[in-house]
Amino acid sequence: MIPPEFDYHAPTTLSDAIALLDKLGDDAKILAGGHSLLPMMKLRFAEPAHLVDLNLIPQLRGIREEGGLIKIGAMTVENDILDSALLKEKASLLPKAVKWIADPQVRNRGTIGGDIAHGDPANDHPAIAMALDATFVLHGPNGERKVKAVDFFHGTYMTDMAANEIMTEIQFAPLASNTGCAYVKLKRKTGDWATAAAAVVLQMANGKVSMVRIGLTNVADTAIRATKAEELLLGKELNEETLREVVSAVAEACNPAEDLRGDVEYKTAMAGEMTKRALLDAASQIS
Amino acid sequence: MNAPLKDREAALMGMGDSRLRKEDARFIQGKGNYVDDIKLPNMVYMDIVRSPLAHARIKKINKEEALKIPGVLAVLTAEDLKPLKLHWMPTLAGDVAAVLADEKVHFQMQEVAVVLAETRYAAADGKEAVQVEYEELPVVINPFDALKDDAPILREDLIEKMEGAHGKRHHPNDIFTWEAGDAAAADAAFVNAEVVVKEDLLYPRVHPCPLETCGCVASFDPIRGDLTTYITSQAPHVVRTVVSMLSGIPESKVRIISPDIGGGFGNKVGIYPGYVCAIVSSIVLGRPVKWIEDRIENLSSTAFARDYHMTGELAATKDGKIQGLRVNVLADHGAFDACADPSKFPAGMFHICSGSYDIPAAHCTVRGVYTNKAPGGVAYRCSFRVTEAVYLIERMVDILAQKLNMDKSEIRKKNFIRKDQFPYKSAFGFEYDSGDYLTALDQVLDAVDYKGLRAEQAAKRADPNSKSLMGIGLVTFTEIVGAGPSKICDILGIGMFDSCEIRVDPTGSAIARMGTISQGQGHQTTYAQIIATELGIASDLIKVEEGDTDTAPYGLGTYGSRSTPVAGAAIAMAARKIHAKAKKIAASLLEVSENDLEWEVDRFKVRGNDDKFKTMKDISWAAYHQPPDGLEPGLEAVHYYDPPNFTFPFGIYLAVVDIDRATGETKVRRFYALDDCGTRINPMIIDGQIHGGLTEGFAVAMGQLLSFDAQGNIQGNSLMDYFLPTAVETPHWETDYTVTPSPHHPLGAKGVAESPHVGSIPTFTSAIVDAFAHTGVTHIDMPHTSFRIWKELKKHGLNLN
Amino acid sequence: MSKKLVSMTINGKKVEEAVEPRTLLIHFLRENLNLTGAHIGCETSHCGACTVDIDGKSVKSCTHLAVQCEGADILTVEGLAKNGVLSAVQEGFHQEHGLQCGFCTPGMLVRSYRLLQENPNPTEAEIRAGISGNLCRCTGYQNIVKAVQYAAKKLQETAQA
Repeated sequence: MIPPEFDYHAPTTLSDAIALLDKLGDDAKILAGGHSLLPMMKLRFAEPAHLVDLNLIPQLRGIREEGGLIKIGAMTVENDILDSALLKEKASLLPKAVKWIADPQVRNRGTIGGDIAHGDPANDHPAIAMALDATFVLHGPNGERKVKAVDFFHGTYMTDMAANEIMTEIQFAPLASNTGCAYVKLKRKTGDWATAAAAVVLQMANGKVSMVRIGLTNVADTAIRATKAEELLLGKELNEETLREVVSAVAEACNPAEDLRGDVEYKTAMAGEMTKRALLDAASQIS
Repeated sequence: MNAPLKDREAALMGMGDSRLRKEDARFIQGKGNYVDDIKLPNMVYMDIVRSPLAHARIKKINKEEALKIPGVLAVLTAEDLKPLKLHWMPTLAGDVAAVLADEKVHFQMQEVAVVLAETRYAAADGKEAVQVEYEELPVVINPFDALKDDAPILREDLIEKMEGAHGKRHHPNDIFTWEAGDAAAADAAFVNAEVVVKEDLLYPRVHPCPLETCGCVASFDPIRGDLTTYITSQAPHVVRTVVSMLSGIPESKVRIISPDIGGGFGNKVGIYPGYVCAIVSSIVLGRPVKWIEDRIENLSSTAFARDYHMTGELAATKDGKIQGLRVNVLADHGAFDACADPSKFPAGMFHICSGSYDIPAAHCTVRGVYTNKAPGGVAYRCSFRVTEAVYLIERMVDILAQKLNMDKSEIRKKNFIRKDQFPYKSAFGFEYDSGDYLTALDQVLDAVDYKGLRAEQAAKRADPNSKSLMGIGLVTFTEIVGAGPSKICDILGIGMFDSCEIRVDPTGSAIARMGTISQGQGHQTTYAQIIATELGIASDLIKVEEGDTDTAPYGLGTYGSRSTPVAGAAIAMAARKIHAKAKKIAASLLEVSENDLEWEVDRFKVRGNDDKFKTMKDISWAAYHQPPDGLEPGLEAVHYYDPPNFTFPFGIYLAVVDIDRATGETKVRRFYALDDCGTRINPMIIDGQIHGGLTEGFAVAMGQLLSFDAQGNIQGNSLMDYFLPTAVETPHWETDYTVTPSPHHPLGAKGVAESPHVGSIPTFTSAIVDAFAHTGVTHIDMPHTSFRIWKELKKHGLNLN
Repeated sequence: MSKKLVSMTINGKKVEEAVEPRTLLIHFLRENLNLTGAHIGCETSHCGACTVDIDGKSVKSCTHLAVQCEGADILTVEGLAKNGVLSAVQEGFHQEHGLQCGFCTPGMLVRSYRLLQENPNPTEAEIRAGISGNLCRCTGYQNIVKAVQYAAKKLQETAQA
């Protein structure tokens, strides 16, 4: 219940934050929403000597459209994503999905950047970001770099981000009109991580799939794009047969870990079921 | 003064009134007084070092690093408790349990050492710094393995003692073998039975998980020689007696206070090592010591519930009339038998397992064994194993119905104890006080349109494309609560009576104290309502106090739904003593004989003369101002009530579920709960208890589980995994009632708060199995998680994937 | 370990204290300020018994550091009543029997208060989702829903008055 001692830093600019992280190295951890880190510290699973709190850096928050891209500050909290009129209009996958993340209180603090950067395969935003074909903007002592969501996750708790880097923004193209999107998440109770979840972005033309992206949550050691499933959907109708093939392809892509939510067989089947439901939901939005 | 009768009754807000609660004010303003709210001057904090291993010898405990931490005052181990002979303590079940692990640990998270520090944070740091070296021993997790010839011996301290508190131990890991009923008669019923059904039924290990964890503030005053302990206890007087026995401090110098308690549900009956260590520490340091456990500690080390491996058998005629019942149970008690049962009953009231049915011959055997798990078993709204008993019989009756292709409600009607058979002596020797099961069942079946539901189910079953399986669950349970007659029920030798003391003051209000302790059941309101009706004093004017052993008369506490049946009776009897004295005073004031008086709501009046009366207010003043000749001044009474029998509330529960064939998720479409608890004191409070008990039952049936891996590591022991449903998952509950008073209770009241838990759990299983019944499935063990249900669907080719 | 000076407003009163950075807000409230209304029911941020209102948002104070509250405006259950008059949610919980043991109640009240500020006319489903970060073991939530509905109605009537 009680975290170990640490030094607390609350920089007010991005460059100060980066300088601190660079100086403190592995002894420091970023404090974003704190709802992954603080529980771990209270159980003494993590004992960083320094916390660098990013909450006082205003430029890291905000949702805007600029240069043809939707740009979300990494420190934007979940409830702001849930309530964003801009996102409801141009990237409704996010507000739809965020409804299923955690609970109302946690969503007032949890951030999209924190959810992504933690590298936890159970977190929801990675798969959603993949479905949006998003890019993450990272800032470090050597300046800015961009990494595509599909290239960012290397393993459980292992991402492309260095210890002295800070994620500043998540960027993606707004969804064209007449794009369907859905996030379907099977969980044991409110606030639970996904037993399996699927994020889908879909476009159809003449009743056939013209574009589709499928991101899967918590069925491998990172979030994954179900690329095989996407490939076999292109140009096809969403009928029972194609959906069966999709479910098979999803099953092949999965490598879930057995835990109290289910065994490998169940989670694999559920990954397929969530994908199927997300596809049908997305399709129903397309006129 | 002379308001219409109805208004005067309403003004009392007495029995039967859904009056709002008197205790709410402090809770809604954040002014509750829970154990962790208590701060005493000079107080220190205690934290507990716990074993990471399930079975191991302790080679060495190194306190050095911990003692270096600023603020840490002391580290205590079993070695430090040995001179006081407190390193082990007697349990409520006739066993002994380690206070701090003595040379070996028996379960993961067992208490090994305590750290005392000036601040909560320093104590936590100190705990991390204590170094313990272990030598691992082979672990026993499966209770069946515990009884194998080559099983590792867990209780080395008991090797010489093959005679336990409940008879012979046939194996070093044995605790007891207990039986009830008539084995010969039961066997005879099976020999030539036309139909026999047999089923293995698991009631998995779960935990009551009240929102407030366990804790205490122990304060020994070295100057006065008094020990005061604030404690999360459902039985403060029992704690006082035990603490006095263990510490040698006279009971008159021990004060136990249960302040506001954030839910008990049976988790707060036993005496935990944390309490003992805090008390010892306080005596040693001469300062108050606070100990509050974390949630993970609570789930991992305090009284769990159930873990009964049951096999049930029913013998019946081919028309479905039950002739015999046989039950065998293997009970996994963990490392110490610390069950909070009345001492003569190591399996509690499990022998209520003949249920609501007129079964001529029955026998049950329960064998308790040790394993490398935390101690417990009796907890969680179970009424002393009645959850297990009702689960057993209700599942067996369903299984029999299925075998005979009989409707589940029809087979129950066929076997019900009839109204005219009460008081009814069961094959296990219980005398059920009253019941009218048939009326209640018909009321429920009508209310839900049972026929319509079965028709809908048939149609759904006929449709192979149906996306869900529909199930209808039915349970018709009889509870046994109100422990209990002191001849048969005692806790550590103290009879399970309860008590009430009422003191009316000169200006007509009253203070009343009882030996029970509310943990949310609303006693400050309901007890006042009883007195209000008995004495004609508005319940608003009656202050109810519980939980301070210095002032409350001795009682056995609140658990097993015993407050209304036992303390409620004591309240009525104490009030009636006052009522009788008041009548004498009224007669004297009115200058008539007592025979000329009649009682009407709030006054004694002269028969036939509405204008000649004395209210309780008048009488109260007179009792202090000028008591009549021959009468003592004052107006008070005490009553210790030794119940002549248990009470037997009952209920009819029906659930409709729809199981998603693709995911295994179960949606509870409808849950109809009819409860009969006899006389109803406050319907609003009863409904609240029902909602809560049903919700906890839903959680148990649908997702709760404390499991262990092969190394004895406990799993699911935090709120990340342990299924506590939120408002989103929790179904909507429909409540209904009938009233069949208890003939032996002064108020006719039976108690109710555990019924919804006892009855709802098998209802969910009944509904889910019913959804599968057309495949021949007779039983599916809990918890009914979507994962486990999906596996069942897959097994029968019913999954839509 | 050097303490940091932190100042904030709690229930309208200015507060300034020196705290260790690791001091959780829930402990700061309960131990330093004796505001024992908010409770601790778990250590994994699930139960919500510790819920308070920070700068107009419901937050689990067990997962928040006191040092993060510099300049914050905090409302706890002790601040819901104004001049001895209970707030609508408090009245609702009492009228509809929305509490039993009372342990979850402060968190439920502060959360319900904010829920109705954000959504003055919630459906039952919205109420249930709105309080899904607050666990209760006693009531089964049914009367809590009614309590929030009572409060919503009362607030609307007051607003119209």
